[in-house]
Amino acid sequence: MHQPTTEPRPSLYYPYQVFQPWRPSEHPKQDRKQVVIVGSGPAGMVTALELARHGVPSVLVTAELQFSQGSRAICFTRRSMEILQQVGVADRMTEGGLPWRFGNSFYRGQRVFRMEAPHDPDDRFFPIINVQQQYMEEYLYDACAAQPLIDFRWGNKLVWLSQQDGGAELLLDTPEGEYTLEADWVVAADGGRSPIRTAMDLQMEGASYEGFFVIADIRIDLPLPTERLAYFDPEWNPGNTILMHREPHGIWRVDYQLPEGETPEEALRPDSLTQRIDAQLEMIGFGGTLWEMDWSSVYSARTLTLPDFLHGRVIFTGDAAHLLPIFGVRGANTAFQDAQSLGWHLAFVVKGLASPALLANHSAERVGAAREIIDEAGKSVRFMTPPAGGFQLLRDAVLSLSLSQAFVRPLYHWRTSRPHEYTGSALNSAGDDNALFTDGPAHGAPPRNIRLAANDFLLDHLGGGFDLLYFTEAEAIPPTLQAVVTAARARGVPLQVIAVGASRPVAGADQTLADADGHFRQRYGVQTSGAAYLLRPDQHVCARWLTLDATRLQAALTTVLPH
Amino acid sequence: MSPSHQALSIPGLEAVYDHLATAIDQAGPEKASLFLVKLALLNANALADAELFQQHVQVALQDL
Repeated sequence: MHQPTTEPRPSLYYPYQVFQPWRPSEHPKQDRKQVVIVGSGPAGMVTALELARHGVPSVLVTAELQFSQGSRAICFTRRSMEILQQVGVADRMTEGGLPWRFGNSFYRGQRVFRMEAPHDPDDRFFPIINVQQQYMEEYLYDACAAQPLIDFRWGNKLVWLSQQDGGAELLLDTPEGEYTLEADWVVAADGGRSPIRTAMDLQMEGASYEGFFVIADIRIDLPLPTERLAYFDPEWNPGNTILMHREPHGIWRVDYQLPEGETPEEALRPDSLTQRIDAQLEMIGFGGTLWEMDWSSVYSARTLTLPDFLHGRVIFTGDAAHLLPIFGVRGANTAFQDAQSLGWHLAFVVKGLASPALLANHSAERVGAAREIIDEAGKSVRFMTPPAGGFQLLRDAVLSLSLSQAFVRPLYHWRTSRPHEYTGSALNSAGDDNALFTDGPAHGAPPRNIRLAANDFLLDHLGGGFDLLYFTEAEAIPPTLQAVVTAARARGVPLQVIAVGASRPVAGADQTLADADGHFRQRYGVQTSGAAYLLRPDQHVCARWLTLDATRLQAALTTVLPH
Repeated sequence: MSPSHQALSIPGLEAVYDHLATAIDQAGPEKASLFLVKLALLNANALADAELFQQHVQVALQDL
């Protein structure tokens, strides 16, 4: 029998709630489920919320009775916030978070690089916001609990899974014993150590790097702004790197690299932690400041991905599908993009609006994203924790030169997580005018947000299905286009028409956005009435036209929902 | 490598020869590699031509 701990986890700032396990005896015999999601981290919960937004119910099982131990992920990107906005938790993230956009790199006591992430007036969210993972999980869980289509089962541990034709059978253990569950689809969102991945004996591709980092969260009062701090090769830890981030609730994250040859066990000894954190505080001018340890762990950089996320009726997502380095905030931020993508692809297959070929597209797109991230993150890792030999020598040469030579300083700017552009996606329309546009988001790109008014942005108006942005100053959407939209809706395809550029509501459009100053049209590279963008349910562009006609709108819809 | 119109004169090459040798000794055996990598990066930046730098790397790797 699975007996998860009922002791609240220790924390200096987060009051853990212990939830009641889901007990099979309190429920009728289980009918077959359309989707079972294994894992209650960010990937699992966002997948459940996205499925529900598209009308698909799911059962979410987790072995635990509480949110995750320690804060783990703390930095969330603008794109993550845009995804979380779609599932209804961005406001709570904003209320509880610390936004930032500056990073500082130090070497030999000198600030050798200052990163300034742009914050466009058209963006609702900051480049990055710091929120502890437990709070993020709580906000997502509250949204799941409020959603009748999500059956959230605490204390249900997956023991065994087998696939038959067209489905899977799961054996789950609970505090009162085991029960079985049948499902059409299983989402493996069971984390970096994914037991499902292990049981299915799936191999990941990529590299693991030497060099361990200690991640420690401490409670301390430091009069410093919310900016990323990076220290290279300090006297107290020669050759290694230290990172610091302010978190909410008076907590600071301190990451430091271990000297070569030291084991994680040695590094996590309390006296070792104390000595090193004291040395770091001393170095930044706050020696002797009182602090308290909240949580610590050890991390090593890996750039690994499954070459395919789809295995029969099991779909891997988040850390279960890939392991990415923390440099550049790529863990949870990638998981949100995975889950947002999986949510609509799977929902449309479950609802019969597309064939399972759509799921192969999801896998191709997200494996492509993982590989792009691995390529970029590899560069960051080789600067932050260079392998011995040539990379070490080059990194040290750059540190040394950076004290006097500006041209090497941009190398300190490790690339942060950004939304992947599905440039080569099979869902992009072949017969549109993508190549003829001189500006605006291209095939596969996420949309550009537009500030429409105070506290009113384009992305607030999108979601729940496909969005057709139709640029017009006319009184009505042309009847031939309306006929295509009506026919798609009649087949069950959610499709919203947003007219842009008219001063009065446009007939046939669900919403009209005025764009009096032409700023929206300029950002989308639109010069004349009749142009249009088709956005997928994950908001990425799949077609755009300088002049839209009914035939080409129909062609784009046929391409994006393969049968 | 093809001869360049910017090739050093013989006295210039001799001066580089002496400067580099002296500087390697000045850096000392422990820091010689670091010094040479810094120098290579500075020269690469002055070259402003990643492809030409790559050719130099290939030539330098020959006959070690």
